[in-house]
Amino acid sequence: MSNQAPNHFDSSSLFQLTLVRFRLFLREPEAVFWTFVFPILLAVGLGLAFRNRPADILQVAATTPQLTQKLASDKSLSASTMSESEGTHALATGSILLLAIEQPNPAQPNPGVAYKYDDTNPDGRTARLLADRAIQTASGLKEVVPSNNHLVHEKGARYIDFVVPGLLGMNLMGPAIWGLVFAIVEARQKKLLKRLVASPMPRWQYLTSFLLSRIFMLIIEVVAFLAFAAIAFGVPFRGSLWQLGIICVLTSLSFSALGLLISTRAKTMEAASGLMNLVMLPMWILSGVFFSASRFPAVIQPFVRALPLTAAIDCIRGNMLQGLGLQQMVVPMATLLAWLVIPFVISLRIFRWR
Amino acid sequence: MTLTTPPNGAATASSPALLLKGLRKSFTDVVAVDGLDLEVARGECFGLLGPNGAGKTTTIEICEGLTTPEAGTVELLGLNWAANSEELRQRIGIQLQETQFPEKLKVEETLRLFRSFYRQGISVDESIKTAQLEEKRNSRVGGLSGGQKQRLAMACALVGNPEMLFLDEPTTGLDPQARRHLWDLVDELKRGGRTIILTTHYMDEAERLCDRVGIMDHGKIIALGTPSELIASIGGEHIVEFSTASARTDTTTPHEIDVAPMLSIPGIQSHRVDAGLHQLSVSHLHTAVPAIFAELTAQDLELSEFRTHSATLEDVFVGLTGRNLRDE
Repeated sequence: MSNQAPNHFDSSSLFQLTLVRFRLFLREPEAVFWTFVFPILLAVGLGLAFRNRPADILQVAATTPQLTQKLASDKSLSASTMSESEGTHALATGSILLLAIEQPNPAQPNPGVAYKYDDTNPDGRTARLLADRAIQTASGLKEVVPSNNHLVHEKGARYIDFVVPGLLGMNLMGPAIWGLVFAIVEARQKKLLKRLVASPMPRWQYLTSFLLSRIFMLIIEVVAFLAFAAIAFGVPFRGSLWQLGIICVLTSLSFSALGLLISTRAKTMEAASGLMNLVMLPMWILSGVFFSASRFPAVIQPFVRALPLTAAIDCIRGNMLQGLGLQQMVVPMATLLAWLVIPFVISLRIFRWR
Repeated sequence: MTLTTPPNGAATASSPALLLKGLRKSFTDVVAVDGLDLEVARGECFGLLGPNGAGKTTTIEICEGLTTPEAGTVELLGLNWAANSEELRQRIGIQLQETQFPEKLKVEETLRLFRSFYRQGISVDESIKTAQLEEKRNSRVGGLSGGQKQRLAMACALVGNPEMLFLDEPTTGLDPQARRHLWDLVDELKRGGRTIILTTHYMDEAERLCDRVGIMDHGKIIALGTPSELIASIGGEHIVEFSTASARTDTTTPHEIDVAPMLSIPGIQSHRVDAGLHQLSVSHLHTAVPAIFAELTAQDLELSEFRTHSATLEDVFVGLTGRNLRDE
């Protein structure tokens, strides 16, 4: 029989609530996979697809052995001979990028040539340039302006360097929103929220326990992911690491606040899932995870810039790739902060406890 | 049993444990609680008995401070929800209908969480022992049986060593053995001197557990008293039920019983018919039954069914409303 609660950590309700969040998270194998393993797998996949390799050898073909020989004089082309119909088929199936067709040209010493290729494919256009240069040179064309190449393979300018901050931003968004929304809506649906507010539990502690457990998991998640990116791909860290940490924490809290807002009223998982898709889908597409957000038309740029994921990814790229300090990224940082404060305040006002 | 009397000398304090005055609450389509007054003394075990939809849960949730009434006042332990909600939350224990605790949390972890909300109370070990969940201490909630889950809900209501306990349909959906098990637990808690307020739609549960019972129907308390007072109020302690068939085989028309001579038999208080079954409320079984048999013979009727039982709260409800508790 103990009438006074033992006065140590274990009896703190905030500690217990946070502990419960960890236990429930770690006992959900899928959640662990999507949070910790999936981002690394994604980075591996992208790293393999866009790994640093010698410039591509482009597959081309010609209708005569003479043309094929001329094409082969360029080392970045691999040429073979096929009939026009074979070549057309090979073009259609993507096994070659360009077909050079010899055109009879009785007036000249060299026969003419026609190129068949897809000009909407960047590789096709490259093949056209290389093939034409190879044939013209082999047929005696001289350079008017002498030229030289200085090749650059610098870290920080590769696709993997661009995409790692994007993936990091995306990984900060997903678990923050999913974790919070699923847990709260489930607790509401199963009347656990009602039971908790029927006890003397301080309500702010319940919501705070989500943020605390998120920040703790964030440390593991971000460190594991970035360490992997650094070791496997040599992704650069040009900015200060503690500022990168601040960016990650702020990003995660902003998305938690957004998750809280989504979960304030939803009574069923279906309603919550719909809302989550509505919120996250535009950001997956528009916020520049896999390609630069500046590619979208100017009219929607203000909207794109206002999205929290765009702001987060801008800050992470600014820090990691350009070495910018926080004071140089005031606008995206302020955007993130607004996304933290506004949804949180609204949520606290309209949160439905049962 | 190691649970001691709750703190603050609950049983001796002057104000009643619960005082409800003019309570009203309606939802969009129905008036759930319709002008309800009630006083429950400290240390009493009080039961709200009624069919589903009678307003029991709304009433108990208003008492628990989870629902705000449109009109009326609620006083608990001399305090009210508007001014003393934090203190009240510390001093009462609540078991809600259909709470599902997280399935992947263990019994002990769940109780440790709830214990952390209370400034004082019993230890987690003790709550586990009281709810007889020792063997399930390290099991996940998802693996518990219905009765064990309900005992866990009771243990969560108990960890703060409350002066007052609210139990909303604690045994609904449990098998008979699990129900008896839970009744024993409530008995123990009563012995600790706590005030217990429970709702139920099982009359046997109310009779078994409650010192006093309020029968609720359509948002009102229609009868209030100890179970034996209520049963006595219908006039007879016994119920005789019978149905008849005509003894004459030469006619196909049903032969109706003439009730009036029956009611003049000494000791028969009332008569009603429910689905062809005649029910008589009887005070002296040993003299009334032979007279009933004689009357049936005189009317040339043959018994197809005949039984007697001691009157229950169910019969009280039927007598008051003309409906069965389980009809709804």
